[in-house]
Amino acid sequence: MVRPRHRSRAACAAALLACSLAALAADYVEVPAGTIASALAGDADRTPALLAAFSLRETPVTQGEFLRFVTAHPEWRRDGVPRVFAGSGYLRGWRSPTALGDGVDEHAPVTDVSWFAAEAYCESEGARLPTWLEWEYVAAADASRRDARDDPAWLARILGWYARPASDPLPEVGGAANAFGVRDVHGVVWEWVDDFTALLVEGDSRTGNDPDKLKFCGAGAINLQDRDNYAVLMRIALLSSLNAADSTSSLGFRCARPHS
Amino acid sequence: MTTFAFRRTDAAHILATTLLGFGIAASAHAVPATAPAATLTTADTTALPSDSVYRLSAALTDQSGRGFRLDERRGRPLLVSMFYTSCQFVCPMLIESIRDAERQLAPAERAQVDVLLVSFDPEHDTVSVLKRTADERSVDPAHWTLARTDAATARKLASVLGIQYRALANGDFNHTTAILLLDPQGRIVARSSKLGSAEPAFVIRVRAAARLAP
Repeated sequence: MVRPRHRSRAACAAALLACSLAALAADYVEVPAGTIASALAGDADRTPALLAAFSLRETPVTQGEFLRFVTAHPEWRRDGVPRVFAGSGYLRGWRSPTALGDGVDEHAPVTDVSWFAAEAYCESEGARLPTWLEWEYVAAADASRRDARDDPAWLARILGWYARPASDPLPEVGGAANAFGVRDVHGVVWEWVDDFTALLVEGDSRTGNDPDKLKFCGAGAINLQDRDNYAVLMRIALLSSLNAADSTSSLGFRCARPHS
Repeated sequence: MTTFAFRRTDAAHILATTLLGFGIAASAHAVPATAPAATLTTADTTALPSDSVYRLSAALTDQSGRGFRLDERRGRPLLVSMFYTSCQFVCPMLIESIRDAERQLAPAERAQVDVLLVSFDPEHDTVSVLKRTADERSVDPAHWTLARTDAATARKLASVLGIQYRALANGDFNHTTAILLLDPQGRIVARSSKLGSAEPAFVIRVRAAARLAP
């Protein structure tokens, strides 16, 4: 298992102060501007979407990091958070509202967190959740190519992960970096995105001109463009089925910072 | 033209209100509807129910440029939805649905219910655009608020309300339509997606909320 990079940062060698700050600060990777032919493009946006440069957390937020967050922000403890922001499953794997317990690896990605809690965490890092397009753009990469989605091997590796039993303990963060330098996009946890409520794949996108179209202003629900890209479509299906107060034991998050 | 149809209906509505419910309607309109809500602005938010929408700390600006916090709406039943003004089809029908629900209330009941529509297109829906839309749709400014906020707050509000939206490259939005009825403590007590006219079951819930209002 590759250890998390934050435990062996070059900054630690520079000065004691820098080291202690670095231990608290997460690593963000610079993601250059580009275009993404999104799997969920609709009729009105068939051309590849332009994406401005942004910074993305190298690894998902860990259990230990989230514990420090709720300790500093008690309003996000599971015994204090309003139900409107987090359902009953929120942080249910922890031994107590302020302790992980023996069975929880502090270097594993935090899960059982609602969208609101994830957003609040990211705000505490001066960030926000990545947008779906930002996430999809980075998730298209393999180890050497920024867009490996046409490669059956890329797809097979991800589908192999999906097939793994959910009861297996989650691995620690710090897996191999992809071509953007971002780790653990596939193979560890599903991830919240900022605009998950934009993934309007309600019901069934095959229905075409059904009366439900009236629910949508403009062009109707998303017509999924890349129907063979199951790896991405399964992510969309999961996220679009959730409410913002929901949480699951395989859903975590990372944060992004737009370049202003 | 649908626009003309809406205006004609408005005129009929105003006329009916004036003729039928003269005494009550007149007194309700003479007192600014925002007054009771404003007295609750210092309310202790810790006393809010755990599932109250008013737990969300959201700063908004109304069509006259006045800033307010979402939880200032505490204390009265509220019909709330999200929209964008350049929407040509669904959003006018959304406004018509809410108006139809109001129309089915007795004037005294109607006076108890406020309406809040928040734009999820803050880039285009400036205060002046909201004002123009409120005027074009002839909504009653004593009870109707068209509001804007920043993009991040709009996303949070939509998440609390269970409304989905997505900006398209051509400036339109895909979005689900939901009209939520909040009780005075901000709990969602009814939801309707019907467009163009009000759902009878939803009207019953709105009427009940209005009658319970202090």
